Amino acid sequence: MIAEAGLAALWLGAALCLLQLIAVALTVGGKAELAGIVRPVAVMQAALTALAFGLLIWLFVQVDLSVALVFENDSSEKPLLYRFAATWGNHEGSMLMWVTILGVAGAAVALLERKLEERTLLATLGGQAVIGLGFYAFLLFASNPFARLMPVPPEGRGLNPLLQDPGLAFHPPTLYLGYVGLSVAFSFAIGALVTRDVGPAFARAMRPWVLGAWIFLTLGITAGSYWAYYELGWGGWWFWDPVENASLMPWLAATALLHSVTVLATRDGLRAWTLMLAVVAFSMSMVGTFLVRSGVLTSVHAFAVDPKRGSFLLALLFLYIGGALALFGARVGTVREGARFDPISREAGLVANNLLLTAILGIVLVGTLYPLILEASTGTKLSVGPPYFNTAAGPLALILVAIMAAGPLLRWRRDNPKLLAKRVAPAAALALIALVAVKLTAPSISILSLLGLALAAGLALASVAPLWKRNLLRTPLFVWGMVVAHLGIAVSIAGMACDSSFTAEKLVAARVGETVAVGPYNVTFDAVDPTFGPSWQALQATLLARRGDGDVLTLNPQARTYWAPPTETSETAIHTALDGQLYTVLGKQAADGRWQLRLWWKPFVTLIWAGGAMVAIGGALALIGRLWRGRRKPQETWA
Amino acid sequence: MKAKNQRLTLALLAVVAIIVAALLALSALKDQAAYFYTPSDVAKDRVQPGTAVRLGGMVQKGSLKRLPDGVTITFMVTDNAASLPVRFKGIVPALFREGSGVVADGKFDAGGQFVAETILAKHDERYMPPEVAKNLDGSAMHKSESLKK
Repeated sequence: MIAEAGLAALWLGAALCLLQLIAVALTVGGKAELAGIVRPVAVMQAALTALAFGLLIWLFVQVDLSVALVFENDSSEKPLLYRFAATWGNHEGSMLMWVTILGVAGAAVALLERKLEERTLLATLGGQAVIGLGFYAFLLFASNPFARLMPVPPEGRGLNPLLQDPGLAFHPPTLYLGYVGLSVAFSFAIGALVTRDVGPAFARAMRPWVLGAWIFLTLGITAGSYWAYYELGWGGWWFWDPVENASLMPWLAATALLHSVTVLATRDGLRAWTLMLAVVAFSMSMVGTFLVRSGVLTSVHAFAVDPKRGSFLLALLFLYIGGALALFGARVGTVREGARFDPISREAGLVANNLLLTAILGIVLVGTLYPLILEASTGTKLSVGPPYFNTAAGPLALILVAIMAAGPLLRWRRDNPKLLAKRVAPAAALALIALVAVKLTAPSISILSLLGLALAAGLALASVAPLWKRNLLRTPLFVWGMVVAHLGIAVSIAGMACDSSFTAEKLVAARVGETVAVGPYNVTFDAVDPTFGPSWQALQATLLARRGDGDVLTLNPQARTYWAPPTETSETAIHTALDGQLYTVLGKQAADGRWQLRLWWKPFVTLIWAGGAMVAIGGALALIGRLWRGRRKPQETWA
Repeated sequence: MKAKNQRLTLALLAVVAIIVAALLALSALKDQAAYFYTPSDVAKDRVQPGTAVRLGGMVQKGSLKRLPDGVTITFMVTDNAASLPVRFKGIVPALFREGSGVVADGKFDAGGQFVAETILAKHDERYMPPEVAKNLDGSAMHKSESLKK
């Protein structure tokens, strides 16, 4: 009964979505009779999607095995959190979550947005309806989450153990919030293109959505990276896996959009470019959704192959991107040129930022899609891995960091090169000192890491420079946001460079009682014992680690076997010190009784994720600051 | 900047940026992409030592050997038509065993032995990487990286 109610709610939502689109089309076409129903319909639609999603969660928590999806992905043996999270740990459930977030975001636009011109707003909601309809159709015709199963099986199959992790339970929702936030930005761009109303007011309406989406993408990427690091047990934190790229590409586009929309909001410049970026950013969300959800990939994240779904998503992707580009092409000529600026100005710096981010995005996109396209067209298989991405995108990223350091020190519209040089000098000097100091202390460091560390030092100083001689209490919150976010990037880069250059690694076959030295630690292999948990059994090693004369630490890496579904995983044991992490993995037992142990000392590796968290916090500060200021006074002062 | 052509300049800059990105991407792809081979493919056309290769097949029964250091293994990868020796130093994925599907990323050394840097092994039924599905009855992969160096 509950499943049928959920399905009915979905159909009703789809019908309302169609009504929303028709009402908007009539209004924009000149017949305003239905204009009044657009906002209420958007809200109703959100309520129906939320109801359907809530019912699916209920089915999962109750483990209703008569629903095929629940049988495939749930198990009554699992703790409540994972039964709850299993709702979106699968294809259909996660697509329903997509539609729900989309619906709720549309309702939020309908309820909260008051500053934008009414016709543009309605056209925006029309854009939301077009996106919504495609995904409703996808759910109802190709991925019905509420399909029944006859006869009812006695027990469910369970969730992939790799995904049974509290961090990962909330990883997909975070990314989806980011994807959908970009869809709202896209709808704003469509709305503005339809009514030709491209200006600061449009930019200010769109900015909170871009910022919000960007914060969630940042969080999602950071959390996903840490998950891969501790859960997979390979010691790496980024693998250039297509699924990782699927979240990185929208982030790169959103970062560019975030900066160009600021130019549009404050200086009324970069109009057409901002519209284009909004289209690109949403396209990357669609590409990401396609990569993850169509099953075209070979990776730990790969879900079941189902060509029907893949083609459906691909068709949606081409429809939206093609339609938006066609609209852009038809209308861009009528978008008046925005305000001009000098080649040395804040605007020009942001243009450079945008061009570099777009170039990096292009490189990641080519590396991610080329193998797929090549295989689909010629059957030739190839894999594109870290060497490609690092050589192609690395140099551009370093230039980007240098520009990022100078950007906030530039004045809007026009700047004096001499004064700029004076402002940048301290950061440049620090970068140079860091370069020399690192090269002297670690002569064998790789060039990428060396430059990374030097630039991180310079960027860190340049990031806080905008606070220099300012009354810190009266500094606007969004300036703080920028400072914290830029500083976060510096921190993260420093972590990446330290990890890639100074990591110490030991792979040994050890007998119980043996001691192995790794980095500053002496690790004694004390014992191996069997142990068990609610859904697994394991062999657990006891490692006693000691640094100099310090306290003895106990680490317990495990080799686990899950029952439902039967899977073997290795659980890392990590000790976090102030200056890095000791990372341990237990491997197999050799025939002669020795155990394989893999140990890493990773200096300052935690900075990578601390930096990511700072970037997200900076984004949140900026968002709060903008919303607060927008509430207080409609006219924004120059930032 | 002369006010007249600012839009044009920006558009040109964007085009230049995209061309530079494309050139960087293409040159890196040419040097860094690893092609997928089965042992039969390798037997047919010689692979230069040092080229990054992704080798796929099955772990031949009875071929898995552990070297005395306890962390290096050697085995034969076979596609039932041809087979090749592989060496790997590291912790193999949990599902790696004789008779199971395997994909190894690595390079051939001068002596014709394949030195794997990462090993992917058969996962469970529900994950189907296209590569393995086409060449084997296998499915998704569990990965292990070898000691870099």
